[in-house]
Amino acid sequence: MTLVVAQRLIMAAVTLFGVAIIVFVLLRVVPGDPIAMMISPGATPADIAALRAHYGLDANLPAQFFVWMKNILRGDFGTSISLHRNVLEIMGERLPATLELAFASLVFAALLGGAIAVFATLISDWSVAPLIDAINGLFLAVPDFIWAFALVLLFGVFFPVLPLSGRIDPSLGERFVTPFYLLESLVTFRFSAAADVLRHMAMPMLALGLPLAAIITRVLKESLREAMVQDYVLLARLKGLSRLRLVLKDALRNAIAPTLALTGVQFTFLIGGTVIVERIFAYPGIGNMAVDAVINRDLPLIQGLTLVFGALFIVVNMTVDALVVLTNPRLRSV
Amino acid sequence: MTAPILALSNLSAISDRDQAPILRGVSFDVKRGETLGLVGESGAGKSTIAKAVLGILPRTVRVTSGEVRFEGADLLKMKAGPLRRLIGERIALIPQDPMTALNPARRIEAQLTDGPRLWRGVNAKEARALALKLLDEVHIRDPNRVLRSFPHELSGGMRQRVLIASAFALEPRLIIADEPTTALDVTVQKQILRLIRNLQSAHGTSVVFVTHDLGVVAQICDHVTLLFAGRVIESGSTSQLLDRPKHPYTRALLDACPRYDRPNAGLRPIPEAVIADLYAELGQSGASR
Amino acid sequence: MSVPGPRGIGKTLRACVGDPKVVVGGGFILFLLILALCAPGLAPKDPLEQDLILGVTPPHGFAGAEPGYLLGTDDLGRDVFSRLIWGSRIALTVAFVAASLAAVLGAALGLLAGWYRGWVDALISRLVEVWMAFPPVLLSILLVAVVGAGVGSVIAAIVIIDWTRFCRVVRAETMGQAKSDYVAAARSIGFSQMRILVREILPNVMPILIALISLEMGIAVIVEAILSFVGLSVSSDVPTWGGMIAQGRQMLHQGWWVLAAPLIALFLTVLAFNLLGEGLRRSLDPVMRR
Repeated sequence: MTLVVAQRLIMAAVTLFGVAIIVFVLLRVVPGDPIAMMISPGATPADIAALRAHYGLDANLPAQFFVWMKNILRGDFGTSISLHRNVLEIMGERLPATLELAFASLVFAALLGGAIAVFATLISDWSVAPLIDAINGLFLAVPDFIWAFALVLLFGVFFPVLPLSGRIDPSLGERFVTPFYLLESLVTFRFSAAADVLRHMAMPMLALGLPLAAIITRVLKESLREAMVQDYVLLARLKGLSRLRLVLKDALRNAIAPTLALTGVQFTFLIGGTVIVERIFAYPGIGNMAVDAVINRDLPLIQGLTLVFGALFIVVNMTVDALVVLTNPRLRSV
Repeated sequence: MTAPILALSNLSAISDRDQAPILRGVSFDVKRGETLGLVGESGAGKSTIAKAVLGILPRTVRVTSGEVRFEGADLLKMKAGPLRRLIGERIALIPQDPMTALNPARRIEAQLTDGPRLWRGVNAKEARALALKLLDEVHIRDPNRVLRSFPHELSGGMRQRVLIASAFALEPRLIIADEPTTALDVTVQKQILRLIRNLQSAHGTSVVFVTHDLGVVAQICDHVTLLFAGRVIESGSTSQLLDRPKHPYTRALLDACPRYDRPNAGLRPIPEAVIADLYAELGQSGASR
Repeated sequence: MSVPGPRGIGKTLRACVGDPKVVVGGGFILFLLILALCAPGLAPKDPLEQDLILGVTPPHGFAGAEPGYLLGTDDLGRDVFSRLIWGSRIALTVAFVAASLAAVLGAALGLLAGWYRGWVDALISRLVEVWMAFPPVLLSILLVAVVGAGVGSVIAAIVIIDWTRFCRVVRAETMGQAKSDYVAAARSIGFSQMRILVREILPNVMPILIALISLEMGIAVIVEAILSFVGLSVSSDVPTWGGMIAQGRQMLHQGWWVLAAPLIALFLTVLAFNLLGEGLRRSLDPVMRR
């Protein structure tokens, strides 16, 4: 068991390393000089050279990479060229916002998708059952980008009940110790603050979560259907257990594992989607920051961000793998 | 003369898809405490009868006439709710394949105590005690370990014992045993049959043994009903059927069985003539087997 | 397994056209294509022509609408409907070219990986894994930002990001096909590997590939829209749906139709490509596999 875990960790490190190299090389071999975007008019060549040296951009490529790697392993992610602050600090401020959003979306998608899948299984004998498939098919085709704007139209123009940007209403004057606004407000029983944070999170959460919910519905429904025709379900039915109980207690346990695997993969796509959704709703997470970083050619920040995203993906994948083993009794006892 | 616990009268059914007859006027009784062997080749209609009694006839099968009376009540006419309760509490199934009949994701204790917790309202502690008692009855050693186990950790024979225990959990009046030894090793088969027989007499349960194996019937059934192509060919006590069969098909079937006391007699398949006659009786053009 | 091959084209086509999803999805795309090709003739107004007096007029049927401007105007007085039609040109160009190129690249690598196995497969698979550890949107923004805006770089970005999708599927298909009898037969006759790959395996991989291309086109349209939204696609005077969406977002409360029109167009296009892809997958597969 520990051998497998160790193998996975090494693979993860290798992948992350690969990602880092690609980004690093990409940023330096293509046109677009970050220094040029930073200098003020009237700067002398000496100033420019000094600036370049300051950011370590004067050495050759492999040397630059080694320096960067060395620093990363020490915890030094460098200084942001566009924001003039420590990259690690900036990311530390903004990552929690994205994490809260991503998890909220996941929970929402799991609950909605799960509920619909269970419901569809319960009424699978009724004639309206195919309708659910058709509607789900429709939802599957809509990406988060389109949902985001549909929500903007719906709740921004036609039924203006939700805020269109930001993370919390500044006029409430709430103070937070940690950057985890939602978590902190819930833990300290400040429910009105939590409610406001949730209101701001509602639309990006829906935009990110609805596509995932549609996928969960499709996969879980299929897995449940397969489980429901098994002999053990028949036997349980003969004992007199109600259909609801059959679905929830007998079929669901066996349907979870395959659903988990796919959900995990899709969740990584969701995390990728935060880049554009946060932008659309001006939500202060790392996704939003990433767009600006790229446009400004902020090399240290871009590199830091890609490492963070890569690490997130890897963590998600490993968690899913672990969960799959846990939910399958056959794998557990090995 | 006590009333039979199960009485089928003139049960006929056809397939909805091609109108082909599945059961033709099947009638037989099962008395209290008796073991009936329901015998026939594949396709004879025995599983259809079992499904009719258990209330799980597929939608493609349509009953055209007849009754299935359990303790006097016609199961075919009952509403879903009361039927579910009746079958859950008073009728049980010992399934054919122990590998697929247990939920791989739930522990044995949970699966054994499903019925009692639902219908008898026992709490967790009582349920556990009951489960231990049940496992003891089926001679499972180390019942505590088995209760905590998942199905894949048990052997096929042990799983079948668990399923038998589960069938007796609510003290049902009737048990349908659907070829419960087919999926097992020969060495285990005899033990399981004996176990079912002992439990049956201890609890006073009636058992309908669905099988194609006359050997099984000879071992543990009091009465036999022989089916062919959906129709009852012969019915009677085991000793009578085996020693003094009346119908030519019955006779041919018995002759076809390899027997220990006639090792050199060679295998005798059922003569074509007998089959042809049967089909003629049923009004079909003969299809040879 | 049946004998494969490109025979039965007639049967295949008939199966496709008979599938309702193919008809609906394909029909819409065809309609869009005609729209795009005939844009200069069909669009009632010049998409770039500004008329500040007529700025922010609502669509036909709402109070204050101007005749001749079916979907209203934006804040610079430009006709939304015409811009929509012209925007379809970029959308479809990117969709077709990017999806096809991504398919070619991905399929080629997938075939190689699935056929030769060994270190070739290991290398390509590792590459795919690393590639997929990137958030795709971020990567595309990164690429276009560094390479510079323009249709070419948008297409390149899409190809570079999504080739992995084709590679994985084609690789799996190829591995499955490689085990089949007809391949063994071809080998025993002595055909070269390349010939088997191209003449025997590829035609059997085609159905799923075609279906995937259709789906990919839907994705490409979205990516282009995202990139134009961020301002990284073509130059700002060429109308794109993404650009219209960005603009519409800014003037949301003054004129919601500027956002709604391209959004609906985008949605319908993606839906059409999805339907087409699913319909093709279903109708092509059983016909060729029997």
